[in-house]
Amino acid sequence: MPEKRVVLRNSGYINTSDISTYLARDGFKALTKALKTMTPEQVIEELKSSGLRGRGGAGFPIGMKLEMARKAVGQEKFVICNADEGEVGTFKDRYILQNDPFNLIEGIAIASYAIGARQAFLYVRAEYHYLFGMLHNVLEQVVNKGFLSHVTINLREGAGAYVCGEESALMESIEGKRGEARYRPPFPTNAGLWQQPTTINNVETMSNLPPIILNGASWFNSIGTDRSKGTKVLSVAGDVSKPGVYEIELGTPLSEVVINLGKATNVKAIQIGGAAGRLVPGSNISTPLSFETVLGAGAITVFNSSRDMVEMITHSAEFLAEESCGKCFPCREGTKNILAILKRFLRNEGKHSDFDLLDKLSRTMMLASSCGLGQAAPNIVLDGLQYFKEEFLNRIKITEPVK
Amino acid sequence: MKLTQSQNLLIQLKEIQTKKGYISSKDIAEISNKNGVSVSDVYGVVTFYSFLRYKHTGRHIIRMCRSLPCHIKSGEEIIKEITRILRINTGETTTDDRFTFELTNCIGACDTAPAMLIDDELHGNLTKENLPKILESYQ
Repeated sequence: MPEKRVVLRNSGYINTSDISTYLARDGFKALTKALKTMTPEQVIEELKSSGLRGRGGAGFPIGMKLEMARKAVGQEKFVICNADEGEVGTFKDRYILQNDPFNLIEGIAIASYAIGARQAFLYVRAEYHYLFGMLHNVLEQVVNKGFLSHVTINLREGAGAYVCGEESALMESIEGKRGEARYRPPFPTNAGLWQQPTTINNVETMSNLPPIILNGASWFNSIGTDRSKGTKVLSVAGDVSKPGVYEIELGTPLSEVVINLGKATNVKAIQIGGAAGRLVPGSNISTPLSFETVLGAGAITVFNSSRDMVEMITHSAEFLAEESCGKCFPCREGTKNILAILKRFLRNEGKHSDFDLLDKLSRTMMLASSCGLGQAAPNIVLDGLQYFKEEFLNRIKITEPVK
Repeated sequence: MKLTQSQNLLIQLKEIQTKKGYISSKDIAEISNKNGVSVSDVYGVVTFYSFLRYKHTGRHIIRMCRSLPCHIKSGEEIIKEITRILRINTGETTTDDRFTFELTNCIGACDTAPAMLIDDELHGNLTKENLPKILESYQ
């Protein structure tokens, strides 16, 4: 299965300083179609029947999200596009921003029309500051062409905080505060930005809206699996000879991406979805990529046979402990304690009792953490223990009695 | 902390940093007065974000990525090499105020790992060989 390009269909054809290169490729035809021939409800209906699910990792159905925000009561409504791509190993949103920013703006404009938002925000991480001049220029071109008469799109920049990629923390950050995750409910669709109904979506999700509106739900529906429609843009890196961004039809086997596209050899494990994602052993490389199996936000980091898995897992745990926002106890203390235990193993001072401790800590965090960071942080540890327990056992302190 | 939509602390703090290079305790006190929030509220925002600085830094800031994809592409060697060339440890500033050297988490450049940001510019595919020339271009 080769690549299948929906989101990246214009990649290589767009000159970001010349909007006509986008118009020549059916640019803004979807928005015009929506504004002139469809009611907001019809736009939402089309997206619902397309089966499009959020590409930020959680896979929530976009049509349902928009419908909830449309029906919610508020003084005003907001659309946010999440370009705070901070997950380790993820760079596909950067690629989308660089290669087809017009399509993204069109998607945000369609979402704004659907829920009735007059203000939208594109929140970009500070690490991508070098894209800001280009994005300002792109927005200006779109405004000057008169495509944004129904909504104002504001560019906002983060300031270096991984957790701000989490939707409620991101909204706190747009409000100018510490980016700490909020307790839910209420959900953003009812009380989001400044407590108003808000829909917040990833760059890739938004970029799917124009082609769906233009080509119809049934076209989109024909791509992918039963419960995962469309394509996924993947960031492939690590031990591969061809790292980069690839777009595949959902349901494509992991091996296609890692071996045929990324050109990896001697694959020991694949981390999918970054530090907070899952670990797949090389023996399961034929696993299809979909929401019902493994996917996350599409970060594929490959480890070859030379890698020490205890070190790789500890490295991920270190990242999560550092980036935990600290607001809720299970995540703040859990990530720290998991790291402390893993570091013991790294020093060859692991104990047999640590396995049980790691398991209990992990289960508690998954149940009790307030947001996705703490809930997903233990994944990598549990997967590591399941598939690479041997490597942990080899790092048990020699004086420990054998069990 | 009660703030209106126009009283955006993060935006105000970034403006100060762009103008002055870093945010001093005097700036924090002023922002707190101006917006009617406590000093600790403002300090809380400053310290939360890794790109906000509350102490003096060099003219250029190196942010070398230390996340896994860079780490496994010999990022550690580049970190050591920067330390050796600039004669400072991570978190420190050179005596001539030319560079501050920091480590950072994933900067989304894993396809060109190992990578770093110097100020707002991205440098990827770093090697011991191409590193000196890149550093030299920042004076």
